[in-house]
Amino acid sequence: MLGWELPPYNSGGLGVACLQLCKALSKRSSIDIEFIVPYRERHDNIDFMRVSSATPQGVAHIMRSGTVYSSYKYVREDGTEEWLNIYDQQALYEQAVVSMIKSRQFDIVHAHDWLTFRAAMRVKEKRGVPVILHVHSVEADRAGVIGGGNAMVREIEGLSMLLADRVIAVSQHTKNCIIREYGIPPDKIEVVHNSIEPSDAVTSTGENVYHYLDTMKAHGYRVVVNVGRLTIMKGLPSLLRAAKEVVYRAPKTLFLIVGSGEQYYELIELAADLGIGANVLFTEFQRGKRWRDAFAIGDLFVMPSVSEPFGLTALEAVGYGNTPALVTKQSGVSEVLRNCLKVDNWDIDELANQITAVVQHDPLRDNLIANARREYEKLSWHDASEKIERLYGQHLAGAAA
Amino acid sequence: MNSTVRKNTVTDKKAIVLYLHVHQPFRIRHYTVFDTGVDHVYFDAPFEAGPSNERNLKKIAEKSYLPTNARLLKMLHEHPQFKLSLSITGTILEQLEAWSPEALESFRELVQTGRVEIVAETYHHSLAFFYSREEFEAQVRMHAEKIKKVFGVKPTAFRNTEFSYNNDLAYWADQAGYKAILAEGWDPILGWRSPNYVYRPAYTKNIRLLMKNYRLSDDIAFRFGDRNTPVWPLTAEKFARWLGDDQNATNFDLFMDYETFGEHQWGESGIFDFLEHLPREWLTNRHHTFMTVTEAAGSFDSKDEIDVPTTITWADTERDLSAWLGNSMQTNAIEALYGLRDDVLQTKDLTLIEDWRKLTTSDHFYYMCTKYFNDGDIHAYFSPYDTPYDAYMNFMNAYHDIKFRLADKGVVV
Repeated sequence: MLGWELPPYNSGGLGVACLQLCKALSKRSSIDIEFIVPYRERHDNIDFMRVSSATPQGVAHIMRSGTVYSSYKYVREDGTEEWLNIYDQQALYEQAVVSMIKSRQFDIVHAHDWLTFRAAMRVKEKRGVPVILHVHSVEADRAGVIGGGNAMVREIEGLSMLLADRVIAVSQHTKNCIIREYGIPPDKIEVVHNSIEPSDAVTSTGENVYHYLDTMKAHGYRVVVNVGRLTIMKGLPSLLRAAKEVVYRAPKTLFLIVGSGEQYYELIELAADLGIGANVLFTEFQRGKRWRDAFAIGDLFVMPSVSEPFGLTALEAVGYGNTPALVTKQSGVSEVLRNCLKVDNWDIDELANQITAVVQHDPLRDNLIANARREYEKLSWHDASEKIERLYGQHLAGAAA
Repeated sequence: MNSTVRKNTVTDKKAIVLYLHVHQPFRIRHYTVFDTGVDHVYFDAPFEAGPSNERNLKKIAEKSYLPTNARLLKMLHEHPQFKLSLSITGTILEQLEAWSPEALESFRELVQTGRVEIVAETYHHSLAFFYSREEFEAQVRMHAEKIKKVFGVKPTAFRNTEFSYNNDLAYWADQAGYKAILAEGWDPILGWRSPNYVYRPAYTKNIRLLMKNYRLSDDIAFRFGDRNTPVWPLTAEKFARWLGDDQNATNFDLFMDYETFGEHQWGESGIFDFLEHLPREWLTNRHHTFMTVTEAAGSFDSKDEIDVPTTITWADTERDLSAWLGNSMQTNAIEALYGLRDDVLQTKDLTLIEDWRKLTTSDHFYYMCTKYFNDGDIHAYFSPYDTPYDAYMNFMNAYHDIKFRLADKGVVV
């Protein structure tokens, strides 16, 4: 399996999804996984598969310095540093994987997102094994523009998916994007929804770190939370514009925005311009207890994404924070979670309408979360892994024939 | 009083008591926080939207009311012994007047035969009995006046919304002078007894209780078109034979939603032919007949006393009110609504009062039910809204608007 990140060295949902999927897959007796990441770090938390580092010649240690969207700093064995942009990094990964496979036996290649797709295609070229590409997001979606994004990335995505034996999309929404952006035949794309393992969830315990919000709630305030990267596809400006309408009608409403990203300062300024600066609290990206407590402090979790391939955070809000979710209809998670509120990404009035309803009516919040919890408890990666095992079987049978 | 109800005493005949319930609510449109305090019209969804009352009414008139009434009228003409009972809510009468006068006229023609009894109920198909006895009685009066005006008759039998029934209701109906009251023939209530007799409600003097035979009724209403049931295909001949084979029964109470014919069971299922052939098959035996509910109540001795201390309904496997009042959104909404009653009535603003009353219709609370939705059984969730949460939000925004209108008149709630 080719992937870019695994927790705790992840920048977002991609690593979490890969880890949990592999864990579920490795429980199936027919499957042994080697997962190749582009960096060398110890993954002591992982004992169900082999995690290998694609260590390219001359590079002794890779320090990750940011997200998969930024440049990487390489520290060579002699201590000299070199900066590589994401394309160089991707090419390096490709070379490394090709040299690694020379000494390995395997039946199938399963690659996650565009950064590993070139490597996957190279392996297919050298060894002729079936290649399955797992699409967690597409470039146009990340760019927030239909037909948009980086042309080089688009080329890699489009060509690879065309050449691949099969494509897995994390939602029907993503499948539709792939068809729309690259004209890949629909019957080649299998939807395998992301999921969550309730048994693995660490719930928020002890005193909430957002002490101020806790205190205000005791005084009748209600808290609306967003957790995620502050980037264009996440739709935060819509949330703030809706927040203005909410605060006008329900002044005792506070918004907590947890995350970092290029829109950070822009959003702070927008909140001030809208006159709701006092009701919107920003914190940067958080991990661990602070991250879980952000979900837990909310009366409502809002994911206003313009476009969201899946949107695991909505399930995390339900699971980790016991907080109901409001998501856009343009998200994958809206396909699997019934008991949540759903709005169109463009409908700021409806977003405001529904947030207002929740902060003004506790029974709405209570019924949403009670029913969402019941759905959540039934979720697992079991179905996803079963589906993928079946796909493997189809392609291996085809290869043998 | 229906003119043809004969007050003969005990008869040796066996009767089918067919009773159909006709109702449509005024569904609330997508009514948002931006409408509250601004636009006071709650029930006028655009024609193409799910909650459009006009579209729903026109569709159901075409699929169900018009074709069914045409057959019923034909049956009444062909078979002098054929009779039936109907209950028609005030809310649907208003909709028929507005959007399908021809369907309303076809109901009138049925009643004009003198062999179709109209059963009393609340005008707004509400659960007022459980929240405000005053409001309940007001809505029953409103309904009686409407029935008098539209059909020229005075009801003598009573049914409460969704067949919600308990000893208190029977006592009230007895005091109010009704001769018959209808309820679900639910096994835990009946015990070893059969629903196919007339009973006397506990603590009452004169009124009689007719209990729905839900097995026979549901064979028609729910299972008729279902090829996976052992009774399929259900023919009038087979059905009449089952009833005829029951030696001890006096009255078979076939109670169901009117929309069974043509809407719940599509015309293609053969439901209209079944209906039309039923009197033909049943009346081949000269001991067989049809009766209206009041007529049945007066024709047979009561077999026993029926004690119902807690409320039953005709809904779900639970036969209780949980589909309407089962979660906190529903109880919160209905309690908040009835909390406004005195203030709303005080204003003497007829438009405001009527808007408030239209919100008491039980369907609004049914749409907020999460038990079917949560089971993932989307087919059990009959609603014009995507989710129960949407239903609650629309309702509460309308509720807040009622409060706004009260405040506008100087009534601070």
